[in-house]
Amino acid sequence: MFAAENGLKGDPRLEAISQAIRVVPHFPKKGIMFQDITTLLLDHKAFQDTVDIFVDRYRNMDISVVAGIEARGFMFGPSIALAIGAKFVPLRKPKKLPGKVICEEYELEYGTDCLEMQVDAVQPGDRALIVDDLVATGGTLSAAIRLLGKRMGAQVVECGCVVGLPEVKGQCRLNGKPVYILVEPREIDNCRHDISSEFLNVQCSG
Amino acid sequence: MSRRAATHFLPSLNAKHLLIRNCLLSPFPGPTIIMIRTPSLLRRPFFSSSSSPPPPSSSCILPPPSLLRPHLISTPISLRCSAADSRLPPNREMATADNQQDPRLAGIASAIRVIPDFPKAGIMFQDITTLLLDVKAFRDTIDLFVDRYKDKGISVVAGIEARGFIFGPPIALAIGAKFVPLRKPKKLPGEVISEEYSLEYGTDKIEMHVGAVQAGERALIVDDLIATGGTLTAAIRLLERVGVEVHECACLMELPELKGRDRLGDKPLFVLVQSSVDAHDYH
Repeated sequence: MFAAENGLKGDPRLEAISQAIRVVPHFPKKGIMFQDITTLLLDHKAFQDTVDIFVDRYRNMDISVVAGIEARGFMFGPSIALAIGAKFVPLRKPKKLPGKVICEEYELEYGTDCLEMQVDAVQPGDRALIVDDLVATGGTLSAAIRLLGKRMGAQVVECGCVVGLPEVKGQCRLNGKPVYILVEPREIDNCRHDISSEFLNVQCSG
Repeated sequence: MSRRAATHFLPSLNAKHLLIRNCLLSPFPGPTIIMIRTPSLLRRPFFSSSSSPPPPSSSCILPPPSLLRPHLISTPISLRCSAADSRLPPNREMATADNQQDPRLAGIASAIRVIPDFPKAGIMFQDITTLLLDVKAFRDTIDLFVDRYKDKGISVVAGIEARGFIFGPPIALAIGAKFVPLRKPKKLPGEVISEEYSLEYGTDKIEMHVGAVQAGERALIVDDLIATGGTLTAAIRLLERVGVEVHECACLMELPELKGRDRLGDKPLFVLVQSSVDAHDYH
């Protein structure tokens, strides 16, 4: 679901956040218009507004864990966690986390990758928010939902992303979990966005 | 870290201790070299910053070279460097005027976990993820940095991938600065500048976006830990190349035996916790 359709219609902060995100053509490969959030991080007000919008949404949802996906999820997740009084759990590429970890595989365009979490980070009964900068195919977020929910018994309340596809409209769910998105990618003609809708595995209702 | 550089930073060591230098140089890219075991009872909260290293002290004993090579462990020696330090040179800042420890530091130090044999046998890894699970300790960590930097005219906080991305942004937001990620090669889209730095075998690079910072800005560099100081030194050079003034480097933890502080030259380093060596439980 998009913030503009869920209580923040006309909120000027959203337009400023959208404008602060830079589009880099043909990265990491030709045809992809990369949504670069590092320019958002340079705009203190827009960055603060981004965090504030998530904090306002989640502060009364009794969230005990914010899980951030390496590496850009680390740039947003901890600030949200600190503001709502939740612990922060990094979800990382293989072999980065010390101690006992569990791993969840997910698909790439070619091949697979793995997302890891430390086993003692999350308990059954924890209410979790998963944060990343952008939702594309939803592959990484789905792996995160499986890690926290199915494997560790936490309740995944929602996924929060700064940027998400326009196709993800209405009450859309990923693995049965709602995804809350602040802005759409900005339009550039004749190039596909970070992903195209046929690669999405979301179920949209309404 | 080149061998020549290592010698320069360990001037007081004799030939036997030159073996330490070999142990200190890691094949792994990134700032983590050897993580020295830190049982919590010997991990000292240490709230200090200095632009020069502390004077040698009779109560600080360096471990023998064998400590750092697991297959050569012989007689363990404890390193005890007290944080409540009257031995410190007068230019060192302390938490309060009467040199009392900030009460938040003990909770922060004890929230950091040591993982043996990670990423490989013989290395004792300082794991800050347990700190992130402790809401109060994590908040106190950020507050301590924010209290220090909030009125210093810092316009940019640069964080080193990836754990610097966890601590840098909350500090940046609280002090009104922008956040700039310093990343491994090929992660940042668009135009970048790179700075190479030495590892034991080979080199690695960190990158920054062109145009992220402007000449004349004042920066803080943030990472979770300083070991030999290789990555932090590269970060300083990257920012200075574009005319930025690096105000200070800030880390949660320091491994003082690795002399990273010296490697930063005239750039001040501020840390919350120092990790000391104890080999009693190390086999």
